[in-house]
Amino acid sequence: MKGVAITGMGIISAIGNSVEENYASLLNNKTAITTIENISTVHSDLRKVGEIKKTNQELADELQLSADNNFSRTAMIGAIAAKQAVQDAGITSINEYKTGLISATSVGGMDMTERYYYDYFEKPETIKYISCHDGGDVAQKIADELGLKGMVTTISTACSSAANAIMLGARLIKSGKLDRVIVGGTDALAKFTINGFKTLMILSDGYNMPFDNDRKGLNLGEAAAFLVLESDEMVAKENKKVLARVSGYGNANDAFHQTASSENGDGAFLAMEKAFQVSGLKPEEIDYINVHGTATPNNDLSEGRAIVRVFGEKNIPDFSSTKPFTGHTLAAAAAIEAVYSVLAIQNNVVFPNMNFKTPMEEFNMIPQTTLKQKNIEHVLSNSFGFGGNCSTVIFSKSE
Amino acid sequence: MEALKQELKAKIIEVLNLEDINVADVKDDDALFGDGLGLDSIDALELIVMLDKDYGIKLVDPKEGKNIFQSIETMAAYITANRTK
Amino acid sequence: MLENKTYIETFCTIQNNEITLNGETIFKSDSDLFADFSKKAYQNFDINYPKFFKMDNLSKLAFLAAELLLKNEIDESKENDIALVFANKSSSLDTDVKYQNSISDKENYFPSPAVFVYTLPNICIGEISIKHQLKSENSFFIFDAFNSEFMTNYAEVLLHTKKAEKVLCGWVEYYNEEYKAFLYLVANEGKTEHNKQIIENLYNK
Repeated sequence: MKGVAITGMGIISAIGNSVEENYASLLNNKTAITTIENISTVHSDLRKVGEIKKTNQELADELQLSADNNFSRTAMIGAIAAKQAVQDAGITSINEYKTGLISATSVGGMDMTERYYYDYFEKPETIKYISCHDGGDVAQKIADELGLKGMVTTISTACSSAANAIMLGARLIKSGKLDRVIVGGTDALAKFTINGFKTLMILSDGYNMPFDNDRKGLNLGEAAAFLVLESDEMVAKENKKVLARVSGYGNANDAFHQTASSENGDGAFLAMEKAFQVSGLKPEEIDYINVHGTATPNNDLSEGRAIVRVFGEKNIPDFSSTKPFTGHTLAAAAAIEAVYSVLAIQNNVVFPNMNFKTPMEEFNMIPQTTLKQKNIEHVLSNSFGFGGNCSTVIFSKSE
Repeated sequence: MEALKQELKAKIIEVLNLEDINVADVKDDDALFGDGLGLDSIDALELIVMLDKDYGIKLVDPKEGKNIFQSIETMAAYITANRTK
Repeated sequence: MLENKTYIETFCTIQNNEITLNGETIFKSDSDLFADFSKKAYQNFDINYPKFFKMDNLSKLAFLAAELLLKNEIDESKENDIALVFANKSSSLDTDVKYQNSISDKENYFPSPAVFVYTLPNICIGEISIKHQLKSENSFFIFDAFNSEFMTNYAEVLLHTKKAEKVLCGWVEYYNEEYKAFLYLVANEGKTEHNKQIIENLYNK
């Protein structure tokens, strides 16, 4: 099966403001987990994050927003990444064909809500931000920035959201409901999530160490990334360059716990299995796994066991988590990692799993810790969310 | 110590929304997790917040909770030895 | 390609202290608060699941409706291939506000992990999946208003591409004691046809 064509992508993350900058950082081990600058929080010295080093004003200027705009930070970085993707795909007249936008977010406009929460009554000029709180507002703002009039929807299934956006987009293309669709996710840092993950005691007090025996938890991050998916008819008609293809996808529920993953990774196992069914590929054909790898004790053990079940402990392909570079960017994570998966395919390279020292005692799984050049045909990318929502997407080289 | 145990039972039932369980139903050495009261990992985190809020005890590693929260007995002993308020 | 018709097997609505199943009222109470109403409903239907009382309001609402639709549907001895597609307007706002209050007071700063867990709308899907051991596809969307076209399309695609045997669709909205749940089970067989107009009518009833 050929899969759905990816014709453009855009990204803004802690390690770069464009696809090129992100790629350069990945090649040069330039991680970006630092002290938070744009939000004042009592935790700033204790918990490092993957932060986009641009103030809200700088982001607004970049988008040329008017002074009375009510964009949340989530919407601004989302709009920047989506515009890059549309430009990369060479789309100039966005409403010419049936075009949709599927945007993922979990925090939505939370950053503005918490910034102005106490000011709403005293400072009428802040009231405009109330309506930007809803997750749906982010997608609408991005659509407006793109001038898009077609289908717009928001997915919110926690940290697997963007994977589900890619999956739904691919289906809508395959079923002919859309000619092209912009899919991805965006989440800005907020005190809300920093505090929340802290109460769950899964934030690292240092740097996240995926698949390390001594891992202590994750670093949160903020980012946005979008991909343009197009039908083969569109690709042929417009003679589009295909960057890679979405060849498989699967989603399953772990049905175990509100936030924790099951001991043997049932949901993850089923999601990978379904993705293989859709793609028609076999596990041995995967050249690289971009794991979810949040570096919490629970995730890496559960995901690792699921990978062992799917691939067999002796046949696990090169794998790495790129979260030591960016932090865990929640609803955007799967879109960020989709861009990295496409970059891996385009450039035939496996990105390193930074901060790894000691293998986990439960199984024999050693991530790729240095940059590795090799031919890459197929990349499997995992993303799992609270609520047991587990997703896998497989990306393949376009022949 | 006896008063603290009763207090803990009442608090746990209230904080963790244990419906249909009364203070009298909880024995001092009943297992709080697993087969006993059936608490889970989120409940453990909530108990860690309770230690901080009501007794001024800060735990940094969730694993520490495992021994402390075995039963009302172990919890009361730990709180008595370590409380700052 | 001639696509097979799909059908609505059962549907359930919860609003204004009343629960209707397939159009008939099966429970009513004169509660002032949802906490009280939901507890009475739980007791009325003999749901023996203490974890219910740990859930947030959105999850309780979705859980109750799903319970009534699925209790005769689920065969515990086999894999139940029922996908879940949910949507609402306010996401998890009701619980977000509660959580925000717990972190905004510097003098009394004790954020609750048990509340934070529910600051995502899809946790309610997780609760239903855990109860009924559904490991099938599940997703949560946010719309300005109930979007019958989107829901109908999504359920049909899942059934036509054999991604699931049945699809439990739902609109579950809860904010500040204002609530509405409308859940329905879509299958390849049944009496009521599954289309945009009928869904719209049932939603508005």
